[in-house]
Amino acid sequence: MSKLDGEVILSAENISMLFPGTKALDQVTYNVYQGAVNVIIGENGAGKSTLMKIISGVQSPSEGQLYLKGKAININSPRAAAQHGIGMVHQELNLSDNLSVAENLFLGREKQKGLSPIDTHSQNSITKEAMARLKQDIDPTELVANLKVGQKQLVEIAKSLIANVDILILDEPTSALSKKEVKILFDVINDLTEQGVSIVYISHRLEELMEIGQYITILRDGKFQSEALVKDIDVAWIVREMLGSDPVTNFLKPDRSFGDVVLDAKGITLINDAESKLVDDVSFSLKSGEIVGIYGLMGAGRTELFECLLGKAQYSGEFSLNNRVINEMTATSERIKMGIGLVPEDRKQSGIFPISSVSDNLSLSSLWKRLKGLAINESAEKEAVTKAISELSIKVSSPLVEIQALSGGNQQKVVIGRSLLTEPKVLLLDEPTRGIDVGAKGDVFEMMVKLSEQGIGILFSTSDLKEIMAISDRILVMSNGKITANLLRNETDESSLVFASAQGF
Amino acid sequence: MKTNNKKSLYNGGNVALLLLKMRTFIALFIILGFFSLTVDGFLAPSSLIIMIKHISINAFLALGITFVIITAGIDLSIGATLGFCGMIAGYLISNSLIIEPLGIAIFPSVWVVVPVVIVIGGLIGALNGLIITRYKVAPFICTLGTMYIIRGAAMLLSGGETFPGLQGNPELGNTGFDAIGAGYLLGLPIAIWLMFIMAAIIAYIAKKLPFGRHVYAIGDNERAAELSGIKVNNVKVWVYTIAGLCAAVAGIVVTSQLVASHPATGTAFEMNAIAAVVLGGTSLAGGRGTIMGTLIGAFVIGILADGLVMMGVSEFWQMVIKGLVIIIAVIIDQMQNKLQYKAAISSQKLAS
Repeated sequence: MSKLDGEVILSAENISMLFPGTKALDQVTYNVYQGAVNVIIGENGAGKSTLMKIISGVQSPSEGQLYLKGKAININSPRAAAQHGIGMVHQELNLSDNLSVAENLFLGREKQKGLSPIDTHSQNSITKEAMARLKQDIDPTELVANLKVGQKQLVEIAKSLIANVDILILDEPTSALSKKEVKILFDVINDLTEQGVSIVYISHRLEELMEIGQYITILRDGKFQSEALVKDIDVAWIVREMLGSDPVTNFLKPDRSFGDVVLDAKGITLINDAESKLVDDVSFSLKSGEIVGIYGLMGAGRTELFECLLGKAQYSGEFSLNNRVINEMTATSERIKMGIGLVPEDRKQSGIFPISSVSDNLSLSSLWKRLKGLAINESAEKEAVTKAISELSIKVSSPLVEIQALSGGNQQKVVIGRSLLTEPKVLLLDEPTRGIDVGAKGDVFEMMVKLSEQGIGILFSTSDLKEIMAISDRILVMSNGKITANLLRNETDESSLVFASAQGF
Repeated sequence: MKTNNKKSLYNGGNVALLLLKMRTFIALFIILGFFSLTVDGFLAPSSLIIMIKHISINAFLALGITFVIITAGIDLSIGATLGFCGMIAGYLISNSLIIEPLGIAIFPSVWVVVPVVIVIGGLIGALNGLIITRYKVAPFICTLGTMYIIRGAAMLLSGGETFPGLQGNPELGNTGFDAIGAGYLLGLPIAIWLMFIMAAIIAYIAKKLPFGRHVYAIGDNERAAELSGIKVNNVKVWVYTIAGLCAAVAGIVVTSQLVASHPATGTAFEMNAIAAVVLGGTSLAGGRGTIMGTLIGAFVIGILADGLVMMGVSEFWQMVIKGLVIIIAVIIDQMQNKLQYKAAISSQKLAS
């Protein structure tokens, strides 16, 4: 490949990473340019994180070689990466809230020898210097718990700085930051590049990349797609390179017809304990038989919106179901009985009952439908479970098998089945295809279409552009808690969705 | 596998796994066999009945906290509740309730005392549940606190003294309390009947009522349970209430057997109950366990204790042996879970 202008500090050549059954990276060649902000972008699963894990020593590649300043190097642990001057700030903060800033910075590498006490004085002064480099006035002895999220993010960066990094990898550093904090972070990044540090910057927010990046690399499906100077390109180019030109599979037949409005949301607002608006004045409506997709990045407020709908959060605003207003104090169990079903986002944490049987997992939400007096009508339950298993084509040897033995796709079908057995009027699916294989994804989509044809209104969320284009009649874009676009699928394209997903700030 | 074949769908099983699942039952028979060989007259009806009577006290407590443990909670206060409820019964029988403005003293009959004491036990449990759910106090800490409070209250009730001679006074019409502990019905002590009735009721709740399913679901994945529309807090309050009710029944039976109530009665009984529950295959991590298992667990612990006594094994060795049995039981339990998981995975592979 032809190199762009500029000096390459680190290059990865022909890197492949094989996992059982999949190739996460396929002969990827990647350059990090000296003293610049190197932006890397790709859809979920494109291989960004795997590549960064290899560079930061968390994983070793199956094939390929890393070169630092032209010399071949082996990085087999984060410690080795640090010795080569490579540091990474992960998306999730890795700080101990109950330790001071300085103690966090020196965690695991305390200035101490033998049995002598820790040299807090020198730790604090080094911390102070690092903070000065970041232009932050944070006391080294301050507890991390007392810092704001943005400040914590900077403490993470300081952690890398005191290890004398030449290359700093930032994984979605702005996902939890306010606009003001983002600006501070960008100033810090610019200062660091002036000091000669090379930055690798991962983000999904395209407008941010355009602002801060100098070089951009795009990965697609585990392969290197393209590399460019940011000043030479625009957002549309990025989207094109990211998604490729393959036609989007369409699961929807033309001329779909919808019924009356089944769900209506007016001015839904959710404010968290820290007084920031997670859901900000959201209004929309959903017709029966319609599939509406909510597109947005992580933290855009999609999950929170679903939680409001289910009555799990104290929101203001008004939902109505079939023109009947739902009182905001109505409990989750009542809402489920009224006809709202949820398939939650994180299947492991909030979807399945791992050590319970498939049968129990399926019937739990709808036991009230199958009572004989006070007791559960077991034959009716068996019948419903058997029917659900065959209708959703759940592959299971016996309904009494623990659900944790099933594949991700089959587990997801069981969770969907649990909601269906409550006979919902509205089905909410939060990232329904996360962590399931391609075949199962297709099954889930077909299931969604089938249900919509039965007259259920379907509202689902995803951060995958191809998915949203494949299966939505209408698309809502959420960003920073607001709805920034409400578009018919036929009248929109990926670029406008990406654009709208960055407009809530 | 064709999914439209209902029969084959509900089949499936594995002999080794079945044996492991029945292990507490098997252990019970081994222990019975061992003692019947080493102790003369061990299986004689009279000695068996005495043993089961001993077991019943622990069984009341263990049955009561099985639900608590299935929700991944714990209740350390049941021993104290037992003692306190016994003291309330003793107080009500040996002292009159004086209502001063009316100038009367009431001596409640047994038919009043028993329900009152049971309700008090339930209220103590409900209080535990409310503190745990409303103020998000860890069950261990909350019930540790209430354990001390309730034990202290039991002591305060009599200044640490015993209420003796609870046969009642025929002239006051409050006799009959001792019959609960000493009485027989169809050749079996009432305490044993009560134990089986309680086990049957709780097993029915566990198997047949939605409430039972909710209990298991909460222990398995509390967040998923909430999102599935289960009123998690309500269920938890009831679960602790049931533990309190059962402890009250145990308190009544113990007090009646002794025909006296002492405020220190039931100290450390909660540990025996937890041991029985765990021995019966209930996981402290929640989501797994059966009522039958708990009952058998209580039998294993009780027979082991009485058998060792009859064999003349010293009290100190008894403790060591009990401890070993509990630890081994849990290790086997882990093995069963692993095997169960593997069996499920392999049968899944066949299916897909």
